[in-house]
Amino acid sequence: MDKKTILNQTHHDLGARMVPFGGWDMPVHYGSQIEEHHAIRQHAGMFDVSHMQIIDLKGSDCKRYLRHLLANDVGKLKSTGRALYSCMLNSQGGVIDDLIVYFMDETWYRIVVNASTAQKDLGWIMEQVGVFGVEVLPRSDMAMIAVQGPKAIELTLPLLNEELREAAAELKPFSAVWDPSWFVARTGYTGEDGFEILLPQGDCVALWNDLADAGVRPCGLGARDTLRLEAGMNLYGQDMDETTTPLASGLGWTVALKPEERSFIGRGALEKQKKEGIPQQLVGLVLEGRGILRSHQKLYAADKQIGEITSGGFSPTLERSIALARIETGSPHGVDVEMRGKRLPVKVVKYPFVRHGKLATKL
Amino acid sequence: MSNTPDGLKYAKTHEWVKDNGDGTVTVGISDHAQELLGDLVFVELPEAGSDIAAGDEIAVVESVKAASDIYSPLSGKILGINEVLNDAPESINDSPYEEGWLFTLKITDKSELDALMDADAYTKHAQDEEH
Repeated sequence: MDKKTILNQTHHDLGARMVPFGGWDMPVHYGSQIEEHHAIRQHAGMFDVSHMQIIDLKGSDCKRYLRHLLANDVGKLKSTGRALYSCMLNSQGGVIDDLIVYFMDETWYRIVVNASTAQKDLGWIMEQVGVFGVEVLPRSDMAMIAVQGPKAIELTLPLLNEELREAAAELKPFSAVWDPSWFVARTGYTGEDGFEILLPQGDCVALWNDLADAGVRPCGLGARDTLRLEAGMNLYGQDMDETTTPLASGLGWTVALKPEERSFIGRGALEKQKKEGIPQQLVGLVLEGRGILRSHQKLYAADKQIGEITSGGFSPTLERSIALARIETGSPHGVDVEMRGKRLPVKVVKYPFVRHGKLATKL
Repeated sequence: MSNTPDGLKYAKTHEWVKDNGDGTVTVGISDHAQELLGDLVFVELPEAGSDIAAGDEIAVVESVKAASDIYSPLSGKILGINEVLNDAPESINDSPYEEGWLFTLKITDKSELDALMDADAYTKHAQDEEH
């Protein structure tokens, strides 16, 4: 039996098509995935992301512990409310999960991890606590709504209480404000501006309905996937997993190898890989002709297989098919994708493909 | 609830067939099928003039979610294809029984038509598959 978020009945009432996702019963769309996608690129939309796992870490050793646990360095977070994207690695440098960590205060950090990996992550996080003075507190009492799009902030602010509203209006990207019950972060997974709001479950349905009344469109996980693909954001389990390092997954920018004395889990393996040469890279692809790129389709250059697609699909903004792919390091020419037994040319491009509603690469 | 017009025949694999009464039929996919697939973004159609047997994979429709094979419900020769779908695959979502037709077929064995389901039988089949 799949788990249900507090908004489950609301999704059913809205006529959502529900699918199992990471052990949860979640909406994939409410009628048209493409219209939901455009709503977020052009106006405002919202996702129920309550299936994601919020974990609070409290204690005097929090910072020291997270500098050991994560490949990115929470030491970069200089003021409270700042957020950091990071991978959590195993000792071989493989990615256990990717996450966002928020610096609440010297003895309190908040992290948000993926739904499908939540149990594994919690097990690993607790196991690594060891002698560190850290308490691990899963916040299953909280729900989470992501409001995204060029109008998201403007439409959300009036629904916050006065104190939070004033602070949220001033938020810089990748930072958060909170009061004793609500937490508002200017973060997201779409390539658009917006908020992610963490709040008590009891407040969640009312906020969702108020947002809908304000013109924010309910959007499902389908649109979430095409939006993040256009924005060139990795999806755990597809673009990286425990068998790939962040360096071979386009996430080198999230690995803090400086300062050199910080010994985080997986550091040795990454240094070794860097020294020996990173065998693979993540690239963007655009299909030149007609058809749809899909994950696991094989890629060839001069008849030699050089890799495969990790995430592919139709880009509603660009009205053509795009993908992320893992291929051998180098700059290959004449790359073909194998699609239903046929080879079709694809163009290797820089990603993100789309940011803030506009083309962000050279097609 | 999906729309399943009377007067059409349906295949288990969710294609509909309209008997044009002159030895030709028009084929498309049902409203139920397009709902399951979600927004369609690409259609690959057969070539006009090709000979096909009932059950052949002859077209591919791809939605935002997945690719799905289309099987010919009947044997015959492809007469025409719906070129509109090359640029507007969403016609299948908007109008599965009218603008969203896939191809027309000159049939070789009229008895194959009788083996297809009517609207009531197809509605029941689709419901059974859902549960």
